[in-house]
Amino acid sequence: MKIAVLIKQVPSSEARIRVAGGASVELADVELIVNPYDEYAMEAALQIKEKVGGEIAVFCMGGEKAEEALRTCLALGADRAVILRDPAFAGSDVSGIARILTAALRPFSPDLVLCGKLSIDSENSAVGIMVAELLDMAHASVVTQLELEGESKVRVKREIEGGLEELEIELPAVLTANKGLNEPRYASLKGIMMAKKKPMEVLDSSALSLAADAAGSGASKVEITAMEPPAERSAGRVLQGEPAEMVGQLLQYLKDEAKVL
Amino acid sequence: MSRTILIFAEQRAATLKRSVFELIGLAQDLAAGGRVEVALLGQGTGALAEELARYGVQVHHCEDASLAQPHSDAYVAQLHALASELSPGAVLFTASAMGRDLAPRLAARLDAAFLAECLSLAGAGDGFEARKSMYGGKVFATLKTKGNASLVATIKPGAHAAASPAAGGAVRAVAVQPPAKVRAKVVAVHREETDTVDLQEADIVVSGGRGLKGPEHFHLVEELAKALGGAVGASRAIVDAGWVPHHYQVGQTGVTVSPKLYVAIGISGAIQHLAGMRSSGCIVAINKDAEAPIFKSADLGLVGDAFEILPLLTEGVRKAREGA
Repeated sequence: MKIAVLIKQVPSSEARIRVAGGASVELADVELIVNPYDEYAMEAALQIKEKVGGEIAVFCMGGEKAEEALRTCLALGADRAVILRDPAFAGSDVSGIARILTAALRPFSPDLVLCGKLSIDSENSAVGIMVAELLDMAHASVVTQLELEGESKVRVKREIEGGLEELEIELPAVLTANKGLNEPRYASLKGIMMAKKKPMEVLDSSALSLAADAAGSGASKVEITAMEPPAERSAGRVLQGEPAEMVGQLLQYLKDEAKVL
Repeated sequence: MSRTILIFAEQRAATLKRSVFELIGLAQDLAAGGRVEVALLGQGTGALAEELARYGVQVHHCEDASLAQPHSDAYVAQLHALASELSPGAVLFTASAMGRDLAPRLAARLDAAFLAECLSLAGAGDGFEARKSMYGGKVFATLKTKGNASLVATIKPGAHAAASPAAGGAVRAVAVQPPAKVRAKVVAVHREETDTVDLQEADIVVSGGRGLKGPEHFHLVEELAKALGGAVGASRAIVDAGWVPHHYQVGQTGVTVSPKLYVAIGISGAIQHLAGMRSSGCIVAINKDAEAPIFKSADLGLVGDAFEILPLLTEGVRKAREGA
């Protein structure tokens, strides 16, 4: 089976994010990690390859730091890595990013495309599903269980409000992974050594035969015009003392200020 | 300027999602005197179509066995057909499991501008302007559509007040063309046995963390949530420890919430958790450790033993509710 995994580098969830004036954030000193939901996608790909064999290619848009993230995926067991990089990609909206990834995926003609359900920086939950549409593939999002059924079908469960939805999906398909799908493994020493010899290519706009109006700020239908930190909360009252007395004050607060009683 | 706005009336098991009425309210604002069109897809949803029409909107009632479940191929094909016919300036979905699944696919098919997880959405010149959270609530961004691009957007529950009933609504029965192929087929829905409120739509959220010492004590959180009529949340620490499932998790790698009241019990307040709940109306924290960072974000903090405080608090809430 040919499996594509889409990953993104994002600031660590423990990082403080500083708004840098205008419509941007200051990321120079921020630790970048592989988007946590993409790690579940990567692990799912590894488990499928272990079961039925095949090839895993990992795709990532990004600068030089992306190589580190991709090298980690190669160490985990991916067969090759593709970086999508071009100054012309700057300012792409979600649709543009989906078009860039689609252009890279098309020649690989994957049976299965796996990615995270959302990236924890831009929080759109959209790119994987848009890629499915552009590749004319089926999709399922927010997948927490995944089983292959023969060579042309998967059965998944996806999280919905108050339960799970079970779907049968014909391949080729795009699945977006949720936490709970699996426990991502760590790279072994042998894997890390082997990763050094695995192929990693960098593709730009022309290598992807991407039309000039397909991506970048000119192609974007959406632009970010401002970014701001959340409103500061002023520290409130802190009570100490007898539980019964504190609970009395809290109940009064719930009644008078929160107005929920 | 006036425009046509199409909204997706999400329903499951012939019950409309509460936020559909918020979308109608928002669509009326955005339409600015233009038309509000409602797409209702499903099977056995006649009563829902009538219910929606009482809000003064044009309901496009797509009733067919092929739409009995939200199969993405069938739903997107039907919505695409409606959007092509009505040429709306915007198509609005709730940012729910179903809305998030369908909206990006429709946006790509329509080659429309896409805005996700909008906390607010307004007209701006020929286009639209939205506000959304980024980096798990550490940043709030303003986004604008360019030119007169048509828009597909998902709207967070609670972003707008619900519409009031109004005259002038109507129902149109749409002739449904079942799609040639349904490649992703919903074969079953497994409901969790629960009487609690959905975390993302709740006005009150009560969350528990490590301070509860073990999963056997989590019922104290659930009981308080139930007494308050709220939803139950959790910190990442106890989700990762396996006490509760992931969909309870509040924070950057879970759910971002902004209820009227957020109660954090035994949660120290890691940055990714604070980001996910700090836009709540009122924040109450209960923690044994007076130095816990959560107290810096709380309107009211109680330093003490949750095992002593919670039974008294739950009992007090029950009494106040009964007396009310």
